[in-house]
Amino acid sequence: MSLLQTEGLTRRYAGLVAVDAVTLAVPQGGVHAVIGPNGAGKTTFFNMLSGLVPPSEGTMRFAGQDITRGKAHRRAALGMARTFQNIRVFTEMTVLENVLTGLHAGMACGLAGVVLRLSGFRRAERAAVVASRAALDAVGLADHADALSGSLSYGDQRRLEIARAMVAKPRLLLLDEPAAGMNPAETESLAGLVRRIADGGTTVLLVEHDMGFVMGLSDSVSVLNFGRLIYSGTPAQARSEPAVVEAYLGARLAEKLRARHG
Amino acid sequence: MPAWLDDFLWTYQNLINTLGVNGLLALSMYVVLAVGQLSLGQAAFMGLGAYSSALMTMKLHLPFFVVLPASCVVPVLFALAIGVPTLRLSGVYLAIATIGLGEVLRTVYLNVDLVGGALGLNGIPERAEAWMIYGLLVVAIAALWLIGRSHVGRAMEAMRQDPVAASVMGVDVQRYQLGALLASAVLAGIAGCLSAHQSSFIGPNEYGFEPAVTILSFALLGGIGTPVASVVGAFILTLLPELLRGFSDLRLVFNGLIIVAAVLFLPRGLVALRMRRRAA
Repeated sequence: MSLLQTEGLTRRYAGLVAVDAVTLAVPQGGVHAVIGPNGAGKTTFFNMLSGLVPPSEGTMRFAGQDITRGKAHRRAALGMARTFQNIRVFTEMTVLENVLTGLHAGMACGLAGVVLRLSGFRRAERAAVVASRAALDAVGLADHADALSGSLSYGDQRRLEIARAMVAKPRLLLLDEPAAGMNPAETESLAGLVRRIADGGTTVLLVEHDMGFVMGLSDSVSVLNFGRLIYSGTPAQARSEPAVVEAYLGARLAEKLRARHG
Repeated sequence: MPAWLDDFLWTYQNLINTLGVNGLLALSMYVVLAVGQLSLGQAAFMGLGAYSSALMTMKLHLPFFVVLPASCVVPVLFALAIGVPTLRLSGVYLAIATIGLGEVLRTVYLNVDLVGGALGLNGIPERAEAWMIYGLLVVAIAALWLIGRSHVGRAMEAMRQDPVAASVMGVDVQRYQLGALLASAVLAGIAGCLSAHQSSFIGPNEYGFEPAVTILSFALLGGIGTPVASVVGAFILTLLPELLRGFSDLRLVFNGLIIVAAVLFLPRGLVALRMRRRAA
């Protein structure tokens, strides 16, 4: 059974269908990519998956549960985590505190326990710090734990966002354009990190338009164009699929290339 | 106690008590700002606490140890009535609704005979002691400090900075916003009760727009990095008019200037310290 399943997922804005009846299944395990040209509806699709934008139509199921109407904050407890295209770390908190927020859903202690510093609370805080340091270590930021997050470089803030998303060991990690704004060296090391995350048992679904990044990394690729799902399959086949090539290059250029290369 | 200290305390008793009450009001502002919300209802909540507690004392003859905790009931009910519908909306709706609450209540106090109309309530027994005021202030600061250094404090700070990212981390943003507003109503209600029971008189104009802005300026001047910062702001803004008595007619102008100056030059307030957000 698939980990994540959308059924006719649609989001309409006044005069625009941003995501149009997308039916997509993400299996358990591996790295899966949603690609498409700018404005294809990738981020809207992600925002519906993570509960930030309610769908106009259609349903979503995650880990066997209907999450169509569920709010964003419930996703974390179900094992869904995400990063953002425009990085959203809490810049006025330290790196370690940022990662600790990623464990919020699992912190069960009530206010009385917090104020009285009961042993359950203290134990949970200690465990959270240990887990967070490990998550920082996994992305190579252990030395920056006490720095203010806003002082990190762009690439490090992305890594921090990934650590914050991964600290609760989610079943599904959504990465929204993780390679955006990165240089080739950073992109390559990011690809290695994403691979390690998938090898560790977390299913990765990423939105990207850096084709090089996607092709080498993904086990499956789905292509959105004008909100519609036009292809779903292996990355290798996506390259030779006429609809995909057209979506990226425009119909006329694709025709010319076909004529030249037979 | 030495004679001079006794003398000093007797002379400045009212000011000393007011300082503590304003400290509680600053905390009531802090809790709301700390989750990224803007409420201008602190004075209204204070008024509800003051009027309801004065009535409990004068009409029902309840003892003060019952009246004091009960003084937060009415403010909390009003906070629920205002918070539940407005917190669903993003933006400045809470601020607008709470300004409205203050003005509506002022008109109600003016026109209801039970609460004395324009004359207010006179002869409230002076039952609030300085030790109660400062005891509660210290307890409130300590509680907010301990909460700040926990997952709850991290969630509050996270949603203040970025509510969308906080919700993705699993923070139930609306629940926290409502919780903060209720905590704020409790603090302001208790402050209102203490203030009513130390000044012996309350009137409808003490809880309108002007005190609401003054309470906001406590937190803006002191800062909201830590609970203590807002209390420092309250102490300074309460003492300054006493030190500059000659300017007392310009007190509101001065408060306005401080808000402008604080926003322009001290975006983090006078006490621009950051709170450590973990307990381990």
